[in-house]
This record gives sequence, C-alpha cells and structure tokens, in this order.
Amino acid sequence: MSLLHYDFMQRALLAALLVGMTAPSVGVYLVQRRQAFMGDGIGHIALTGVGLGLLFSQSPVLFAVLTAAAGAIVIELVRERSKVSGDVALSVLFYGGIAGGVMLASQSAGGGASLNAYLFGQLTTVSPEDLRVMAVLAAIVLAVTIGLRKPLFTVCQDEEFARVTGLPVRALNLLIAVTAAVTVTVAMRVVGLLLVSALMVVPVAIAQQLTRTFAVTAAVAIGVGVVVSVSGTALTYYVEAPPGATIVLLAIGLFVLVGVVVAPFKARRARGRATDIPASEDDLKVAHATLLTGSTSASSGTMSGRDTSPQPPKSEEEPR
Amino acid sequence: MPVNTPHADAPAVRLTGGTAALGGRAVLRGVDLAVAPGEVVALLGANGSGKSTLVRSLVGLVPLSGGRIDLFGTPYGKFKDWSRIGYVPQRTTAAAGVPANVREVVASGRLTRRHMFHLGRDDRTAVDDALDAVGMRDRAGDGVADLSGGQQQRVLIARALARRPDLLIMDEPMAGVDLASQEVLADTLRRQKEQGRAVLLVLHELGPLEPLIDRAVVLRDGCVCHDGPPPQALGQHALPGHDHVHPHADDHTTSGLLT
Repeated sequence: MSLLHYDFMQRALLAALLVGMTAPSVGVYLVQRRQAFMGDGIGHIALTGVGLGLLFSQSPVLFAVLTAAAGAIVIELVRERSKVSGDVALSVLFYGGIAGGVMLASQSAGGGASLNAYLFGQLTTVSPEDLRVMAVLAAIVLAVTIGLRKPLFTVCQDEEFARVTGLPVRALNLLIAVTAAVTVTVAMRVVGLLLVSALMVVPVAIAQQLTRTFAVTAAVAIGVGVVVSVSGTALTYYVEAPPGATIVLLAIGLFVLVGVVVAPFKARRARGRATDIPASEDDLKVAHATLLTGSTSASSGTMSGRDTSPQPPKSEEEPR
Repeated sequence: MPVNTPHADAPAVRLTGGTAALGGRAVLRGVDLAVAPGEVVALLGANGSGKSTLVRSLVGLVPLSGGRIDLFGTPYGKFKDWSRIGYVPQRTTAAAGVPANVREVVASGRLTRRHMFHLGRDDRTAVDDALDAVGMRDRAGDGVADLSGGQQQRVLIARALARRPDLLIMDEPMAGVDLASQEVLADTLRRQKEQGRAVLLVLHELGPLEPLIDRAVVLRDGCVCHDGPPPQALGQHALPGHDHVHPHADDHTTSGLLT
C-alpha cells in the first residue's frame, strides 16, 4: 500500500472517510421526505459563499458554511410556507447561488479559475488544518443525525403527524437544513459542490434496494458511502482521474449493479406475496370498497357540491 | 365550573363558533362540536363540506380564523399534553421515501416533546399492544411499503394507538380498506369506548360502523346541519349529496333524495 506513504494521500483518504460517513447520514432523511434535490440546492447556494470568500481573500470554507446554512434556512422556510409554488422559488434561489458565486469569484484577485477546485473538488490539497475543521464538522453532523434519529425519523416520515404529537417540528426541520448545509461544505473539498448531492443520495438509493427498515437503510448507506469514497480516492492514486467524479461514478455503478442483482429476488418476493392473498379476499376488498365507501361515486366527482337542498338528512329514503 | 381549569368532566374536545378559511374561501362557518369522554362521534358530510378541515383545525394543522378550541377543558393555546391525543391522518400510504418497517412507524407514535430521544421498555410494550390491537404484531418486521392499503391504514391507526390516547381523531380511516381492516377499526372503536376514551372520526358514510357510533355530526357548506343520533333508518343513503353506485348486476345509479 504505497499510497499511504504520502501525507497528502493519507489526508485525502481521511477526508474521503469523513465525507463518506456524513453525507449519507444526512441524505437518508432528505430522501425519506422526498427532498433528494435539497443537497444540490444547498451546494449551488454555497458557491456564492465561496465567491465571497475569494473576493475578500478570506476562508472560502467559512463563507461557504455560513452562506449554505443561511440558504438552507431560506429553503426550509419557503418549503414550509408554499407546498405548491415552492419549487419555482427554490429554482430561482439555486440559479442565483451559482450565478452569484461565478460573478463574485470573477471579480476576485485570482479570477474565476480558482472556482473549479470548489465546483469539482480538490482532494489532494487538503491541509492538516482543513482536515481538523472537517473532522469537527463531521462529528457535529453525526451527533445530530444519529443522536436525534428518532425525532428526525418521525418528522421526515410524516410531518403532519409529527406536528400533532407536539414535537418541535420547525426546529427539527431547520436543524436538518443546517446540518445538510454543514455536510455540503464538508464534502465540498472531496467531491465538489456540483456532485455533493450525489454522495448524499446515491448511497441511500443503493441501500434501500436491499433493506426494509430505516435503521438498516441508514447504516448500509453510511457503509456504502465510506466504501465508495475511500476506494474512489485510492483509485485516483493509481489512475489519473478526478476523485469527485471517480467516487460518484463508482457509486452509480454500484447502484446499477445492485439493481440488476436484486431485481430477480424482488420479483420472486412480490410473486410470493401475491399468492399469499386468496383471490376471494381481493374480490371482497373491491366489492366493499365500492359498497361501503362509495369510492366510485366519490372519484367520479358526483358527490361534490350538489347538496344544496335545505332538507335535513333525517327524511325518508328515496323510493327505488 | 371555571372555564379555564381542566376538569375531569370536561369534553375531550370542544369547538365553539369555529371558522376557518382555505385560500380565501370560507370552509368552516361557525361550527360547534364537542366530544365527551367515552363517546364515539362520527363527522359526516359530502366532499368539500369541511369535515376534514374541521378535524385538522382541532389538531392544529389548520389555523382557525375565529372561535375557540378546548382540549380536556384547557384552552388550545395552553394545552401541552399532546400525548393524550392520537391522530390518524388521511393517507393512502404509511410509507415515505426510505423503507421503514411496521414497528419503526408505530414506535414513532410514542414520541412527545419531552420524550423524543430514547424509547424504553414502556414504549416497547405500548407499541406491542398497539400492534396487537390492529392485528399486525406478526407483521412488525415487514416493510410498510410491502403491505396492502388496508394494512397500511392499520399501521397508521396503531401509530396513534401507541400513544394510548384519551382522544382519538381519525380522518377517513375507512377510505379504500378491506373487510379485515374494517373489523379492526370497529374493534378499536369498541375498545376506546370501553376504556372511557373519546373518538372523533371523519367518515364518508356510517356503513358497518353504524352500531358503534353514539352521535353523528353532519356538516354541509361549513355548517353543522345535524348533530344527534346517527340517522339509522336511512343509513348510508341519508347523507346530503349522496350518490350511491351499486356494484350489482343491473348496475343502476341511485341518487340520494337530497341531491
């Protein structure tokens, strides 16, 4: 293992390990509440923070964390208020993040060229100081995603139900948003802002093909994240390739492979279940659904708004 | 009795003069409703009559524009003991974007603001009891997405029952469920009643649950148009705006008298 002889490579592998753990641990909640796009959006917004850092010759990582966290909170508030038109507002926010970052960086001393390192990652220049910051942030992220797993699961599984239980739903949602923002910034150096979301989502997508419980899905996703991040990074020691793209392509390859291998088993399980249910029960189900809930008339809209008669319901039944 | 102090005899929930609007349209227009402990109340009405909005306002999901809610004798704003309330939302599925098994979903019903980090032995017992109550204990390890619609509905009921609620509020629990799940629902109502606990459920029509319903409240255009014994003689045909499609061979459509 000659690659471990180099300090920069050791740091790169450690950074990959941290990102491989944290990204899926947040991503599993985003996927659970069907917001896989959120990591992407936060990544776009973080670019404006990078631009600010470059412009003022300050730490781009610090600015990226702050901007991404602010952006994530805005995303969450938009989502909370508007269930329908929210996606357009969010799209505008995301484009603004990229455009703002490119514009700010182009005005900085180094010009726009330095932006590439943040867009696509630059693993080999991770300094010991960078690694310490990443380790602290990763520890915070894991403390949240593992320590608060029960309330976070409840909120992401069914937000309305969670509200009625009296859980602090808004605080938990904002916590997920900020944690995702921190994760994006941690992962930025490894895979780049444009591919951050892939490390949050793809390991989860791989895991959920194999699992039936949330806890196991999260654990497998974290394991997959670590394996693809570390092996992808190691691979680039031997092959001239950008680590970010290598890691993401490895993950997607694994996703396809698992899908192909698992598909026949899933089909067999589905067939097994189908034969469990006697046909008569199915018939009953259909008959009763129609008979008892009036689903046929309801779905055809005949129930709606025709009850204009002033008579109370306690009158005799219509003769048939 | 002072209005602001909780009282053992207070209704589990009481709404007085409730008004609410959705998107500028008045959906509730001065609704009075109360459910006493040990009482099973059905909320009926045609689509768009406001029955779903009404129960959602009672649990805080839709803000009231006017009126007053008391829960167990405590004004809504001061009520903190949400563990006493079990809510079954109107859902077609219990699944979300990531697999979860039946036990995980039901256990999420145990969380409260003060008790959300760790679930202990009591919680496990409550979850087991809730799973038994809906006949899903043997499916506890199955993924919820792998279950039938009726079974998923039972999981949602179990999630609410795991709280051991003094007030159980269910929004259309009968929608599209199979016979076995209807029986589970009837058992649940019976048991809640025996334990002196209150139930408020939104129904499209009374159907086979009719004998278990103490009182029916019928909404029309955001107003209560009937509050009293369930319209038994008329059964499911009594509701305003009812169109009944019979799955019989002659396949004729009978319109309710009031349509």
